[in-house]
Amino acid sequence: MALTELSASTDLPSLEQAVLAVSSAGLTKRFRGGQVAVDRLDLAVPTGAVYGFLGPNGSGKTTTIRMLLGLIYPTAGTHALLGQAMPAHAAAVLPRVGALVEGPAFHPYMSGAANLRRLDAADRTVDARTARRRIGDALERVGLTAAAGKRYRNYSLGMRQRLGIAAALLKPRDLLVLDEPTNGLDPQGTREVRHLISQLGTDGVTVLVSSHLLSEVEQVCTHVGVMTVGRMVWQGSLNELAAQQRVRVRVETAQPAAAADVLRRLGLDEGTVADGEASAVLGEAEPEQVAAALVSAGVGLRGFVVERPRLEDVFVGLTGEGFDVSG
Amino acid sequence: MSRVDVVDLSPRVGAPDAASRRLRRRSGRFLRSEIGMVFRRRRNQAILVVLALIPIVIAIAVKITSRTGRGGGDGGAFFSSITDNGIFVGFSALLVVLPLFLPMAVSVVSGDAVSGEANLGTLRYLLALPVGRTRLLGVKYVAIVVWAFACALVVAVAGLLIGLALFPRGEVTLLSGIAVTYPAAVWRLVLAVGYLTVMMAVIGAIGLFVSTLTEVPVAAMATTLALTITSQVLDAIPQLSAIHAWLPSHYWLRFADFMRDPLAFDQIRTGLLASVAYIVIFAALAWARFSNKDVSS
Repeated sequence: MALTELSASTDLPSLEQAVLAVSSAGLTKRFRGGQVAVDRLDLAVPTGAVYGFLGPNGSGKTTTIRMLLGLIYPTAGTHALLGQAMPAHAAAVLPRVGALVEGPAFHPYMSGAANLRRLDAADRTVDARTARRRIGDALERVGLTAAAGKRYRNYSLGMRQRLGIAAALLKPRDLLVLDEPTNGLDPQGTREVRHLISQLGTDGVTVLVSSHLLSEVEQVCTHVGVMTVGRMVWQGSLNELAAQQRVRVRVETAQPAAAADVLRRLGLDEGTVADGEASAVLGEAEPEQVAAALVSAGVGLRGFVVERPRLEDVFVGLTGEGFDVSG
Repeated sequence: MSRVDVVDLSPRVGAPDAASRRLRRRSGRFLRSEIGMVFRRRRNQAILVVLALIPIVIAIAVKITSRTGRGGGDGGAFFSSITDNGIFVGFSALLVVLPLFLPMAVSVVSGDAVSGEANLGTLRYLLALPVGRTRLLGVKYVAIVVWAFACALVVAVAGLLIGLALFPRGEVTLLSGIAVTYPAAVWRLVLAVGYLTVMMAVIGAIGLFVSTLTEVPVAAMATTLALTITSQVLDAIPQLSAIHAWLPSHYWLRFADFMRDPLAFDQIRTGLLASVAYIVIFAALAWARFSNKDVSS
């Protein structure tokens, strides 16, 4: 369901809550120093979506996730998980939410399996009798079965990350919040995590996955939200984003001025003329029609290119900076 | 997704007792895990070994000096009674560990309670499970009290055993000159351990509170220990006698009353009441601080 439709139905909050796995309204966090880490955030993650939560380092993603999970308290605004207001209903809703927040954290002198047993014991909503099987399954799912008895201290960064994901998968979840899940993983591990996320998405689990690298999540996401300096600058489905893309047509020719003239006559906007080429936004026009018009106008074509901007460029445009630059 | 086969939240109709029992059992699982973590940690095991060695060192030292005839009466009433009956090794050892070793053992574990988890980052994962913040403090505190009891018990039991091995047993002449049977004296030693556990539980509550203030465990441990030493120092200054009754450490030495007959329960009761008051105050402070704290570690 398109997000624009949802936000229009403000008179039906119950419907909206039923459809959104994560929602927030005006969520704001101002730290004691006066710095505003998150500024009036309206998050909308539809149920069943794999939501890529993107933004440069320091844009407020982790602070948002901490607020979502009730670890820190918002200065203003409200939010709900799986349709239930947080933090009031934390005890009821958080057992259905698996989380990886700002990297894995475990007791270094205990083994991976012992750490999972510890977490499982603290969870009063699970059955102790199934603990052994669930821990075994979770370790197997992230490929840590062989290292289960090894002390966490001796785990590599990638193994630690995997154990963190295993902890989030200790029981069936309706929502997974994964903060930078591929941090520290080698390319093989990154691919595995990506595969795991799309598999979970197929199973119907809603996944909110944050990253400062679009390329990490682009292939698995159905929706994206882009944050920069504490604000959401764009959010919606990837299809909507694709529809917004401004496809340009670029003509390589010895007569750029004549070509630009033809493009203008066809109603193409933002025309540019350079040495040996002319270009414009394709808009509603069909490439075939443009090419035919150019030829019939006597413009000699050396090359004819339809350019779709890469998603990465779209995001750099939105955030106003490269993705690896801290904001 | 079939969540039901694993996560059974719904209390069955007609069986509310079973449901609440199940919930209690699950709470018990977290407490057992917490206590297990405290006792499996090597640092804490080392503390227990050191505590067990203290009565052994005392017993051997007394044995050697008494054999060579240099045994003296300047070691206090407990020490001079060791050669009469081995059970006094336990009491003497408790007296020795009381000013520093026992408070240090409790400061280490209680100061580490919340700050240690915050320092490792495991606190955020516990809270996201979710573990209620009040429940977390409760489980942590119960584990601290169990630890304090274990520390006092290790000293008493090690003292009892080495006392049995090296010194006479049989009837015990109490500090007030009355003789009781050996099992009766052991019972008094157990009572003394219980009393000291309550005394140390005050340090545990202070440590738990300090532990919610910082993410640096060593700082919380040192602060807690410094507070207990300050209390003892103030208690030793006669000019400050007006505030002595308000100091937690003021009541510690009253455990010796368990070796008098008749038992002077008045003094002991005051000590227990003052300690419970301190525990309530610091537990409330810890709760007030932690329940709405931003966990950004």
